[in-house]
Amino acid sequence: MDFRYLPMTETDKKEMLETVGVQSTDELFSDIPEDVRFNGELNLKQPTSEAELKNELTAMANKNTNVKQYTSFLGAGVYDHFIPSVVDHVISRSEFYTAYTPYQPEVSQGELQAIFEFQTMISELTGMPISNSSMYDGGTALAEAVNLSAAQTRKKKILVSKTVHPESRAVIETYSKGPNLEIVEIDHNNGKTDLNQLEKELDEDTASVVIQYPNFFGQIESLDKVNELIQNQKKTMFIVSSNPLALGYLTPPGEFGADIVVGDTQVFGIPAQFGGPHCGYFATTKKLMRKVPGRLIGQTTDEDGVRGFVLTLQAREQHIRRDKATSNICSNQALNALASSVAMSSLGKHGVKKMAVLNMQKARYMKQRLEESSISVVSEGPFFNEFVIKLSNSVSATNDKLLDKGIIGGYDLGLVYPDLENHMLVAVTEIRTKEEIDTFVKELGDING
Amino acid sequence: MAKKDFPLIFERSKEGRTSYNLPELDFPAFDLEEELDETYIRKTAPELPEVSELEIMRHYTGLSNRNFGIDSGFYPLGSCTMKYNPKINEDVARLEGFSQIHPHQDPKTVQGALEMMYDLQTSLKEITNMHEVSLQPAAGAQAEWTALMMIRAFHEANGDYNRTKVIVPDSAHGTNPASASVAGFDAVTVKSNEQGLVDLEDLKRVVDEDTAALMLTNPNTLGLFETEIVEMAKIVHDAGGKLYYDGANINAIMGYARPGDMGFDAVHLNLHKTFTGPHGGGGPGSGPVGVSEELAPFLPKPLLVKKDDFYSFDYDRPQSIGRVKPYYGNFGINLRAYTYIRTMGAEGLKKVSEYAVLNANYMMRKLEKEYDLPFTQHCKHEFVLSGKKQKKLGVRTLDIAKRLLDYGYHPPTIYFPLNVEEALMVEPTETESKETLDGFIDTMLSISEEVEKEPELVQEAPHNTIVKRMDETTAARKPVLRYYEE
Repeated sequence: MDFRYLPMTETDKKEMLETVGVQSTDELFSDIPEDVRFNGELNLKQPTSEAELKNELTAMANKNTNVKQYTSFLGAGVYDHFIPSVVDHVISRSEFYTAYTPYQPEVSQGELQAIFEFQTMISELTGMPISNSSMYDGGTALAEAVNLSAAQTRKKKILVSKTVHPESRAVIETYSKGPNLEIVEIDHNNGKTDLNQLEKELDEDTASVVIQYPNFFGQIESLDKVNELIQNQKKTMFIVSSNPLALGYLTPPGEFGADIVVGDTQVFGIPAQFGGPHCGYFATTKKLMRKVPGRLIGQTTDEDGVRGFVLTLQAREQHIRRDKATSNICSNQALNALASSVAMSSLGKHGVKKMAVLNMQKARYMKQRLEESSISVVSEGPFFNEFVIKLSNSVSATNDKLLDKGIIGGYDLGLVYPDLENHMLVAVTEIRTKEEIDTFVKELGDING
Repeated sequence: MAKKDFPLIFERSKEGRTSYNLPELDFPAFDLEEELDETYIRKTAPELPEVSELEIMRHYTGLSNRNFGIDSGFYPLGSCTMKYNPKINEDVARLEGFSQIHPHQDPKTVQGALEMMYDLQTSLKEITNMHEVSLQPAAGAQAEWTALMMIRAFHEANGDYNRTKVIVPDSAHGTNPASASVAGFDAVTVKSNEQGLVDLEDLKRVVDEDTAALMLTNPNTLGLFETEIVEMAKIVHDAGGKLYYDGANINAIMGYARPGDMGFDAVHLNLHKTFTGPHGGGGPGSGPVGVSEELAPFLPKPLLVKKDDFYSFDYDRPQSIGRVKPYYGNFGINLRAYTYIRTMGAEGLKKVSEYAVLNANYMMRKLEKEYDLPFTQHCKHEFVLSGKKQKKLGVRTLDIAKRLLDYGYHPPTIYFPLNVEEALMVEPTETESKETLDGFIDTMLSISEEVEKEPELVQEAPHNTIVKRMDETTAARKPVLRYYEE
């Protein structure tokens, strides 16, 4: 087999072995003790030519039902939005995608500036003065926010609404074991956080309150009321997980007293790709600037006074502070932050609102059509682009039948909320057409009829 | 704005421009303002730039021209494995059957994706000789923490709640002690000896009944194989601790040695290093974690399983540490790694390590003539020089790094590992040709000559880059972390 990534020739090898002063490359591995040396051949599939491999992987890809072939109403944290062509053209520039973390600013100004711009856009959308350069995803960003709140307040109790994404809550649970936190989940009333229970649980031991906005059911939580409750506990921090697209229309959490705002920018220019890589963001107050996990890009000047950008406040980070670092995060999601920056720049100041409104309009059209049919819409009150419906059959059986009609149905809420059996969470984004929505309503009516 | 400032995208913005066509509503609009309390309706629009599509392309193309990647030139950044990023990987990751699938789809509609993931897990198990692998962790640091959480759960399942310490060599990556802290352990340092290896006597001193685990990179960050690994494993295991393998350096030993055979109980691999997921300017990465049979019950859930030729996720794992990430890991990066492994096979991967090691030794022997080499044995895939000879002449390692920029090279990792003075950590990787290595060697040798003859040329470098050295002190003292319109 030829290996197109390996330029070594027999002549090169001979000359190099001579320089090193050994007879064979095996001698270079003689420091591996005999009893732990691997002398067999790894049992892997045979190497494949580029042409054959492309065919093989294309066949594998074709075994999957994808959301471009089918009409999808599945959201629940990952959304099918239109991605403008410019996004992929930009992130395909290999000066970006084959670079490492910009540790040498003189040859990394492109990356540094692009991410500085990302930080600015996230700051604008969330209404928070500080944003970092990205986190793995919305779920881990939220878990890091929770741990930061405990470290900052020196308190252990965390109140998490059950309207926060269930997988994010699961991640919080795992992350909380290290610092040994007490996670208390707050129930919901038909899809919105139970503020009475929140008020009862909120006390002087509470490090933070975690709310999602819009929440997992698509509902717009009353951040103003949550903030009023938190104001009674001076130290308790307010953490909001937010879909940044919704913030094109909704009042940003920064205006409701949030201390940390996190979320995922998958909605801007990043395909679903089976759940990752997406791109977490982490925005906060000036007060917490030196506690932020992950990388921060700052503006400065070079020796000649030319504006430039550098990684800054690195004393927070693992490569400097080691066990005293604010987080262990090293790799982040830089390339996806770039993709989201391009998408946000494409939309612009007014486009982001227009896109948010389109999502809201189309979701309302579907809700109205469902209400006119026999389907029961459970969600009440203001929502973004998702809502809950109740079926007469199981969600999985319904989705099987929808699939036969070329439709990927909604999320089965019964899987994670035992009291919501036969309830489906449906998402409608700007790319769904009136015809597609009408078809979905008709098919769903037929199945549930 | 000074003369050579490159405009920010916000400075290109002009009211009324856009680069996005949204579909028009095809039904009568609903009155949103009637539905929503005005408290929740945004009053001021976010200041996102207003630019046309061409301006976007000019802006980001301009930025890309101000950035250096592997495709731009040699990038011997130690510990980062800056090898070539194959283009087929990028094409495959963009196939709609992979990029446009939703993580909550029914498993029967994504069997191709699950098959790929399962095959990748199987391959990684073989490469590391571990019992089970999970693709869930997002990157190396998250994988380290995941494995430590599993080790913690293992000890606790045995009723052992007193293991508070995680041992980390002084040469370790910064993520190791940081991950130990996040997992709730105290990180305790073990010293290196004069050969650059873990000091066994010191290890015996720090390991005791409080030890939860030892974290180790092998070859270590000096590029040296820990030859006493068997004895080290025995010391830790005899005390009831576990051995954790930081797979950042596995590019050196594929097909030559496997962590599972060395006595490691848990490992992680950085698929964005050895397995060619691109670094992306800092991410995304992927950090699968592999474990011994004993630790397997504690793996994050869900775990991908295969039954009767059907792939699905197993949530029924009562001893699992839980979820570490929403969904199933960075699928897109895992897919690139899988494509790479299928391209190379066992034969190719062994050659990768063979050539990575030969390239590093070749450069090391050429460069030790002018640069101090603190550890003189054969290295593995990387080696660490010290700039202390040059420092005596008033030129620091930082200056040498900056001078390399003038010659069109990305410098090696500098000032790491911490146990070498004025460190220069060089990792050429196997994808670089001898001509490229020779070019870099010649440049390093001529810089050493410059240090002797014209030190200010090096001290004041870089001279040819688009910006000169940055004022990092002011950046940290008066942080400007976003743009505000003047």
